[in-house]
Amino acid sequence: MFDSLSDRFESILQRVKGKGRLSESDVDEVMREIRLALLEADVNFDVVKTFVARVRDRCVGEEVSKSLTPGQQVVKVVDDELKTILGGETFAITYAAKPPTVILMAGLQGSGKTTGSAKLAQWFKSQGRNPLLIGADLQRPAAVEQLRTLAARIDVPVFSDSAGPVQTARMGIEEATRTGRDVVICDTAGRLAIDMALMAEIRQISDAIQPGYTFLVIDAMTGQDAVNTAESFHQTLALDGVILTKLDGDARGGAALSVKEVVGRPVAFASTGEALDDFEQFHPDRMANRILGMGDVLTLIEKAEQVYEEEEAEVAARKLLDGTFTFDDFLEQMQQIKKMGDLSSLVAMMPGVPKEMKNAQIDDREMARVEAIVYSMTPQERTTPEIIDGSRRVRIANGSGTSASQVSALIKQFGEMKKMMKGMAGTGFRKAKAKKSKKKGKKGGRVTPSKKAAATRVPFELPGR
Amino acid sequence: MSPMLLVILAIVLAVVALLPFIHRAYTQRRPTLPGEPHVGRERPSLVETRPSDLRDSDRADVEAELPAQSPDERQPPPSFLERLGKARSVVSGYVGSVLSRSSIDASTWDELEEALVRADVGVGTATGLIEALRERAETESISEPVALIAAFKADLKADLEADRSLSMAPEGQTVWLFVGVNGVGKTTTIGKVGRRLTDQGTSVLMAAGDTFRAAAAEQLGTWAERCKAELVRGAEGADPSSVIFDGIQKADARGIDVVLGDTAGRLHNKVNLMEELRKVRRVADREPGFVSETLLVIDATTGQNGLAQAKVFAEAVDVTGVVLTKLDGSAKGGIVFAVQHELGIPVKLVGLGEGADDLVDFDADEFVEALLAHDG
Repeated sequence: MFDSLSDRFESILQRVKGKGRLSESDVDEVMREIRLALLEADVNFDVVKTFVARVRDRCVGEEVSKSLTPGQQVVKVVDDELKTILGGETFAITYAAKPPTVILMAGLQGSGKTTGSAKLAQWFKSQGRNPLLIGADLQRPAAVEQLRTLAARIDVPVFSDSAGPVQTARMGIEEATRTGRDVVICDTAGRLAIDMALMAEIRQISDAIQPGYTFLVIDAMTGQDAVNTAESFHQTLALDGVILTKLDGDARGGAALSVKEVVGRPVAFASTGEALDDFEQFHPDRMANRILGMGDVLTLIEKAEQVYEEEEAEVAARKLLDGTFTFDDFLEQMQQIKKMGDLSSLVAMMPGVPKEMKNAQIDDREMARVEAIVYSMTPQERTTPEIIDGSRRVRIANGSGTSASQVSALIKQFGEMKKMMKGMAGTGFRKAKAKKSKKKGKKGGRVTPSKKAAATRVPFELPGR
Repeated sequence: MSPMLLVILAIVLAVVALLPFIHRAYTQRRPTLPGEPHVGRERPSLVETRPSDLRDSDRADVEAELPAQSPDERQPPPSFLERLGKARSVVSGYVGSVLSRSSIDASTWDELEEALVRADVGVGTATGLIEALRERAETESISEPVALIAAFKADLKADLEADRSLSMAPEGQTVWLFVGVNGVGKTTTIGKVGRRLTDQGTSVLMAAGDTFRAAAAEQLGTWAERCKAELVRGAEGADPSSVIFDGIQKADARGIDVVLGDTAGRLHNKVNLMEELRKVRRVADREPGFVSETLLVIDATTGQNGLAQAKVFAEAVDVTGVVLTKLDGSAKGGIVFAVQHELGIPVKLVGLGEGADDLVDFDADEFVEALLAHDG
C-alpha cells in the first residue's frame, strides 16, 4: 500500500538529500514533484495545494536547523506535514462509562461496511470486550445473512429485526443491555451522500442509538470524491473517524489523507486483507514513515513480539550471524515468520530494502517448493549441505517434485545468504546500533549484499536492555 | 525492542534471500495449465477458519431489493444529463469561471486542468488533453472562451470515440464475463444486463462464478428470478471455472443465447487470484463456449488506481469494455478518460442507480457535456 507514493518521494528526495544547498529552482522542482505525486495518489486537490504551500513555506522560512542539510530539512518537513495530514496520534477508543459503547458504521455502497463491522467486532474481542453486532442493513436481502455468517466465525451474536433499520438499531441496543454486551456495532446499508432520503434515515438511526463513535468506511481506492462524501456524512452524522478498507490493494490511498485534513477526522482503523483479523489500528506516524520509504519497523516488531520469545529469537539471530544457521533452523524460522503474516507485507515494512525486492510478488507456492526441497533432505544434509553431490541432488529433486537445478540453486543461495548475514554482523548491524544509540532512529542499516564487501568481522553482541 | 529489531530484519531477509524463484515470480507470471491445482484463495478444510466471505465488500453487488415492476410500467431509460445533474457543481464552477472572462489567459489553462483533475481524470491525461487544446487554440487562433470550451468538448468527445456495441459470438455459445475489484457492483450489473437482454427477447443464463462469498450466488439468483433467466451455481468454495463451464454447457444444450458469467471481486495485485481469473477466461473459451465480451466493472468513485486495475485486468483476461457504475453519485468517473486514452478500452455501459433499469449505454457526448456543464 502507498508503494507508488513512497517510491515517488524516495526518488525525489534522493536527489535532494545529498545537496548541501537547495537553489530556488531545486525547491520549485521538489514542490512540483511532490504536488504531482500527491495528486497521482488521489490526495484531494485542495489538500495538495495547502500541503505544498505549507512545505514550501517551512522550507524557505526561518526554521533552518543547523544540524541538517537543506536536503534533510525538506525530508523532515515533508515527513512532519504528512504526519499532520494523516492525523497525528493513533486513534484511541474510550469506552462508555455506562455500557454499551455504541458504534455506528456508515458509508457508500461497496466500501466494506459489513466486513468492516465483523472485523471491528473481532478487534474488540481481542481487546477483551463482548461485542454485539446489529444488522441494520435491511435493504439488500443477503446483508444480514452475510453478517451472521461472519459473526458466527468469530462467535459474536447478531441482532436483527425486519421492523426497519431505525427500529432494529434501537431494539439492538436494548438487546445488548439485556444480555450484558459492552460494545455494540451497528452495520447499515450503503448509501450515496447525495441521497437525501437515505441520509435522513441514517440520521434517524444515529438519533435513536446515540453512538459513542460514528465511523465512515472508505475504500482506499477512492479518488477526489472521497472528500465530498466525507463532508456530507460528517454534516449528517458528526463523524468520529474513518475506517480505511482494501488497503491490501496497490492504491496509494491518498483520499484517506485528505479526509483528515478536510473533515478533521482521522483514520482510526485500517483493513488490510481478506481474513477477519487483517484489521488494525491506524498509526499515522508509521504510515508517514512508510510513505517516505522509511519502512514500518514498529509494526514489524509488534508482529514479531507476538510470535517470538525473546530468547529463541536471540538464539536464531546468533546462529545466523555466526554462520551456523542450518536448513533445520531455516525451516523453523520460516514457520515462525509465516505466523507473522505474508512475506511480501513483511518485506514492505522493512526499511532500506531494495525496491525490486519490495515490489516482488512472493508466491506462496515458491515458499512451499523451498520447504519441500528442505524436507526431502536427510538430517545430515540439512546441517552440512556440502555433502550433497549429484546423486543426492537427484534424490532430493525427485522427493520434492522439483528439478536438480532448482535444488542446487537453493543450496547455492543458502550459502550466499549465510555469507551475507555474516557480512551484516560486521557492518550493517553495527551501523544500525550506532544509529539507534544516537537517537531513536527509525531506519536500520541498509542491509544490501554490498555491505559485506566492507565487512570487518566484529563479534555479534546484543545490546543490553 | 532493540535485539528484536535486528533479529527480525535478519530473519525475514534470510527467508526472502532464500527464495530462489522470486525473480521469476515477479518478472513473469506463469500461466497455469488447466490440469493444475486450484490457484485461487487458499481454502483450508476447516470451515471455521475459512476466510471466505470475510473480504471487504462485494457490497454493491448486493444492492437494494427492488420493487417488482411490470415491464409496461417502466420508463424509458434515463438520460445521462438528467441523472448526473444534481452533482455537477464541482467542475462546473471552473467552466463558469473560464467563460466569465473575456479572454483566454494562463489561469484558463490552469482552471481547465484543475477541473479535469478534480473529476479524477488524472494529472497525466489531463495535462495531455490541455496541451492538445493549447495547440489547437493556437493554430486555429481561438481567442474566445466560449469557442475554446466548445473546441475542448469536441476534443474530448473525439477522444472517447469508440465502438461500444456488445458483441455476440460468431459461432458457439456466447459468453460475457464480468470482472473487477471488490465492491464495484459486478453482480448488480449482471442483473441489469440480464434484464435488458431478456426484455429484448434474448434468452439469458447467469453463471454464479463468485463461489467465494456466501451470499453471492443467492443474490445472483434473485436477479435471475427477476428477469426470468436461468441460473447455474456451484457449491460455496467450488472452482469458479467449473461453475461457469457448467453454465456454458447447459446454455448450449438448451439453446440459450447468452451466458453472463459472474466472478468474485479481486484486487488486481493478488497474483493468485488473477491467475484464477485467467483460468476462468480460458475455460470459458473452450468449446462450445466463446467469450465475446469481457467487461471490467469500475466504480465511478475510483481514483487513479482505476488505471492500474484496467491495465492488469486487460493484460490478464483481455478486457473488451468497461462498465462504469455508481455514476449517480457525486463522483465524476473521469478515470475512464485515462482508461480509454491510455489503454484504448472503451466504456460500454453506465450504472446510474440501484434499479433494474438504471443501466444505460455510455454516451460520450452526454458524458462530456455533463462533465463540462456550467450553471447558468
